[in-house]
Amino acid sequence: MSAETTEAAGAAGTAQDPRRAADPLVIAGRRFGSRLITGTGGAPSMSVLEEALIASGTELTTVAMRRVAPGTQGSVWDVLQRNGIAPLPNTAGCFTAAEAVRTARLGREALETDWVKLEVVADERTLLPDPVELLDAAERLVDEGFTVLPYTSDDPVLARRLEQLGCAAVMPLAAPIGSGLGIRNPHNIELIVEQASVPVIIDAGIGTASEAAQAMELGCDAVLLATAVTRAQDPVLMAGAMRDAVRAGRAARLAGRIPVRRHAHASSPPAEHP
Amino acid sequence: MDVIVNGERRTVAPGSTVGDVVRSLTGARSGVAAAVNDEVVPKGGWDDTPVAENDRVDVLTAVQGG
Repeated sequence: MSAETTEAAGAAGTAQDPRRAADPLVIAGRRFGSRLITGTGGAPSMSVLEEALIASGTELTTVAMRRVAPGTQGSVWDVLQRNGIAPLPNTAGCFTAAEAVRTARLGREALETDWVKLEVVADERTLLPDPVELLDAAERLVDEGFTVLPYTSDDPVLARRLEQLGCAAVMPLAAPIGSGLGIRNPHNIELIVEQASVPVIIDAGIGTASEAAQAMELGCDAVLLATAVTRAQDPVLMAGAMRDAVRAGRAARLAGRIPVRRHAHASSPPAEHP
Repeated sequence: MDVIVNGERRTVAPGSTVGDVVRSLTGARSGVAAAVNDEVVPKGGWDDTPVAENDRVDVLTAVQGG
């Protein structure tokens, strides 16, 4: 086997694979080579976070907006800038549309991007999206010219409404934020994927690599995760695992899996016994 | 003159601007946003925007999260 063939047939999604190069993630007309979007919360240190972001291969990373604490040394913004990773400011910690809109405007001013991960949660205990406030905030931000990527529940109807409002993607949760419970309702995720004409990004609840791969196999366009990496025992190793899982899951989705059968189906020709 | 900076009452010199308040907290310009009474003040206007008695000035930056 030539080196070239080995590459093409080798691990799904090596950077050299021409089919991968032709399969970018496109959100609001912007192209990304990586389908893994990472968060930054929960890392034990800034240096571990930086190594993990590099290992993940991510090109887009969420950050939160908070009041400046005097004398803080080294910022996540510096880390993103020196590694050429685009920032995706979020509205984490907002419980109302008004708070989320204010936070989005501050993120736009600080990070010079009109992209926002819109997060409007109902309560501290579940951190589940508040659909009423979310729709209100999404509509206002779209009107103000933001590129809105909303964190939403796994409700296909809500996802459709967000898309109709002009959101650039929909980001249904796999499970509650930080829970690591994996995809609780794969059927709903499939329904969202089937109907959506904007990218579907699974966001929150992923615990390990197989779940990230499963999200991609279900047809999601990308995976957004933070805790699964930042709070893993070895965040850098897990970041690489997630990178590979997302690539493998995407390749499996494109390849088309075999139908599930109830009985065996021989893979060898029938034996002819003398 | 007293203003509320990031939730804390502080005394600033009369005639202080948003830019003065920001610089008292951080030397960074990039990655930082400021708002007075919940209205964002664009960076280009920091030094031309005076703060008034009892204004709420918030200075935010990107942190790990999400």
